[in-house]
Amino acid sequence: MPGLKREDVAHVAKLARLTMSESELDKFTVQLGQVLDHASDMNALDLDGVVATAHPFGLINVVRDDEVRPGLDHDAVMAMAPDAQDGRFAVPRILGEAP
Amino acid sequence: MRNVRDTARDVQNGDASALSVLEESLAQIRRRNEELNVFLHVDEDGARAAANAIDGRIARGENVGALAGVPVALKDNLCQTNIPTTCSSKILEGWRPPYNATVVDRLLAAGAIPVGKTNLDEFAMGSSTENSAFGPTRNPLDTSRVPGGSSGGSAAAVAADMTPLALGSDTGGSIRQPAALCGLIGVKPSYGLVSRYGLIAFASSLDQIGPLTKTVTDAAMALEVIAGHDPLDSTSLPEPSPSLVAHVEDGVAGKRIGVVRELIDGADADVVASVERAVEALKEAGATIIELSVPEFRLGLSAYYLIAPAEASSNLARFDGVRYGLRVDGDDVTSMMEATRTAGFGEEVKRRIMLGTYALSAGYYDAYYGQALKVRTLTIDAFRRAYHQADLLLGATTPSVAFEFGSKTADPMAMYLSDVFTIPSNLSGEPAISVPFGTGEAGLPIGVQLLGPGRSEGQLFAGARVLEIADGRP
Amino acid sequence: MTMPDGWEMVVGLEVHTELKTNTKMFCGCANTFGADPNTNVCPICLGLPGSLPVLNVRAVELAMAIGTALHSTISPSTFHRKNYFYPDMPKDFQISQYDLPINAGGYLDLPDGSRVSIERAHLEEDTGKSTHLGGSGRIHGADRSLVDYNRSGVPLVEIVSGPDIRSSAQARTYAAELRGILIATGASDGRMEEGSMRIDANVSVRRSGEALGTRCEIKNLNSLRSLTRAIDFEAARQVELIEGGGTVRQETRHWDENLGSTSTMRVKEEADDYRYFREPDLVDLAPDQAWQDRVRDALKPMPAERRAALKGRLANPNPALLDALEVVIDLGLDSYVIAALDAGVEPDLAFARAANEIASDLDGVGNLSAESYVATLRMEQGGDLSATQAKSVLAEILANGGEPASVAQSKGFERLASGALGEVVARLIDENPDEWARYRAGDEKLAQFFIGQVMKLTKGQANGKDVIAELQTRR
Repeated sequence: MPGLKREDVAHVAKLARLTMSESELDKFTVQLGQVLDHASDMNALDLDGVVATAHPFGLINVVRDDEVRPGLDHDAVMAMAPDAQDGRFAVPRILGEAP
Repeated sequence: MRNVRDTARDVQNGDASALSVLEESLAQIRRRNEELNVFLHVDEDGARAAANAIDGRIARGENVGALAGVPVALKDNLCQTNIPTTCSSKILEGWRPPYNATVVDRLLAAGAIPVGKTNLDEFAMGSSTENSAFGPTRNPLDTSRVPGGSSGGSAAAVAADMTPLALGSDTGGSIRQPAALCGLIGVKPSYGLVSRYGLIAFASSLDQIGPLTKTVTDAAMALEVIAGHDPLDSTSLPEPSPSLVAHVEDGVAGKRIGVVRELIDGADADVVASVERAVEALKEAGATIIELSVPEFRLGLSAYYLIAPAEASSNLARFDGVRYGLRVDGDDVTSMMEATRTAGFGEEVKRRIMLGTYALSAGYYDAYYGQALKVRTLTIDAFRRAYHQADLLLGATTPSVAFEFGSKTADPMAMYLSDVFTIPSNLSGEPAISVPFGTGEAGLPIGVQLLGPGRSEGQLFAGARVLEIADGRP
Repeated sequence: MTMPDGWEMVVGLEVHTELKTNTKMFCGCANTFGADPNTNVCPICLGLPGSLPVLNVRAVELAMAIGTALHSTISPSTFHRKNYFYPDMPKDFQISQYDLPINAGGYLDLPDGSRVSIERAHLEEDTGKSTHLGGSGRIHGADRSLVDYNRSGVPLVEIVSGPDIRSSAQARTYAAELRGILIATGASDGRMEEGSMRIDANVSVRRSGEALGTRCEIKNLNSLRSLTRAIDFEAARQVELIEGGGTVRQETRHWDENLGSTSTMRVKEEADDYRYFREPDLVDLAPDQAWQDRVRDALKPMPAERRAALKGRLANPNPALLDALEVVIDLGLDSYVIAALDAGVEPDLAFARAANEIASDLDGVGNLSAESYVATLRMEQGGDLSATQAKSVLAEILANGGEPASVAQSKGFERLASGALGEVVARLIDENPDEWARYRAGDEKLAQFFIGQVMKLTKGQANGKDVIAELQTRR
């Protein structure tokens, strides 16, 4: 893999909803690059035909019955909200539609 | 402070009141918390009310449970109803969960008394508890050194005799490593043995909750209480809690124990010496020792530092200022989210979110995350082969004894490398236990690690008990 | 609309249906519409830290039922996280199925004889709902938005068709037939106006025989009428654009029902990077054959089969009868009609009273047995009740229950004795000599005039057929 570039880090910061100063971008480019370089030992392996493991144990079909259970008290829910109005969570204007 | 077993026995028998045990615990917290920064929150009133309730039930002749009156410290990434839960992050400061983690419910049902929430590396990301937004925790055995992490506060609580039991969480060694550095037993159970419901996730496929205690029996007692199927966690194993205390004295006679070179190489000489003495002790107790090499364990670190951040980047997306916790205002919702996350997360958390986001992003997924999942498979296969030859595996828990503050903070990679011995068990989802065995540099404790196949906790406790006795703690 | 000569539209539909479960997809909160904001919420559907999802078995079975009805292959499947930040999504990722959906492939045969392929029908969770304050009430120009998470985590199945649809009429037929299937499987109530079935249309145009054009996705079409109009508008827009030398840009478009036009909502961005990965908090789903068989065995007949069965009972159906038949299929009133036909009720009557009277009070079907339906219609056909009276009896039973005979009696519906009717008819003939003369001259339309007058005088108690008989004897 080609080395991690500063613009990659800036792009990732945008995806992750983090603001980075110029110096943070520099620092993260170096530090993340080191971890990725270390990970390049994996690229030397022939992993064709190796299946990916996402779960340690292969449980399947874990489901629950379709039975209503009590939820949270509305006032307790809204008490958590940084900003609320009319029983709803309030946020500043949304600029883009959901994908 | 009495251990878990004796406390529970004395309280249940009426030889000590739960309240008096608690007051002893609270007094010790008051004496040392300012210096050590162990607890972020102490729930004195709630704990007293719980202790009084226990004492009342005992007075009425009720059997209160296996952990009657045992004060317990909870890592501050475990939710307890209406008790501030921060993950040592500014982004959650002031948040009070409206529900209990399953482990908290089980502790309460067994008569334990939660006394407060302990410090950790922010969102459990770190190996020294230096990454807490609320300041580092000091190692009670040498306050110039770290207690390890990320469950550093929980380890320090037990090591400083504040509580006989603490719960931590282990994603890449976060229970075992601080246990080793503070001279305690620390258990990372089989994945799915303990419900994760109410544990604020770092990396969902790796996280497990486990106990930190001073004795093997105490750890077995605590794990019996918190283990067992939970319908609220889809990854919970569909089995009741196993019988563990009954196996503590089983010994290791006839067991094959594999000493794994990759779990020792690179460790300091004092650590290597301790592992060698542990091998002798196990042999003495009748175990057959096999030398093994499992090269795949080395690759584990690379896989771990892609898988864990990838999952974390998604798990931590919800901290966006909309529903709870910190909000920093912005002109529009995206600016608000960015301002909140930028102000609320510390540097290590940002580093891992960035790393994980990158590893999952278009064009890099296959090379990094996809590749890491395959290496995870190789690690699991390697364990399976090793367990054809050995019943249990042995190695060091950490490369060194507790290190000094600031010695690794400037170099994240150096910090990550210190997790190399503990990570393989998280990747495979199999259990491992760290047991104090001897001391090293500056008289500080050294932990040796026993690893076993899935659901082998009983055998691990038996092996750990042999080492405990051999190390002079009968 | 017909496309300009030489042009063809290519349409694929993505239909999101909310599943009619008691609870949400991953938690025990009630899945209901119209509750007060943020009252059906819990740590899981609010995405509180530490909460974990557990899959609702009923959602899985309804998804399997949909797949079975669409001839899909039910396959081992997994859940993924689709990562993007949005305030109505509490975890800032959506749990959805990605490369391994529960239902793969399949098809839907339409009443017009065409077949539309199904690519997949997968499970996913719904988001919360935002209300926009200030500006026009739409997202653009709003000052602030308010979020209600009651809908967050409601189970959805997204049914993705192949790009096989070639006209807005076919799209409408597909959506209507699919809606019928969703209702028949019990998966959905099909209430488009409540958003329980939402349609996105992928529309492109091409000159006949050429490769597929660039498509635009029109979001959230919430009625069959909007679907038809939006597709027609969008296809015409694209043709005009291309003929004017422009090119179609791949984008998401919004349909404005009032303006009757689509407009750019969201341009496909480079930054759209959802970082899909396996949801580590859920395990794989792999329904075994026995489970699949149980779901299949529990399926009720689908609309196509029922339509064929009803049509088989009709010799030469007129268009009105066929329209009524579609209403009967759509509302699942087959059993009433079949019982009536079995009892020898005229098809026109058997369908009409179901498609009109029962359809207008669906909440009351629990009060009306097939036997009562048949008995009422037989009384009407035999002349014991007038049409007006029969309708009134059905309405009463639907509203409050009861037996047809006693309901008719309690309403005072008794057949007018022929002597009494004859007196009324004779009086009307005297009072309306012009109309009578034209009727006698053969203008049959005047019969309706006399029936109307008789009804007025008898307050609806007369039977239309009896009136005609009286007129005939005097003609």
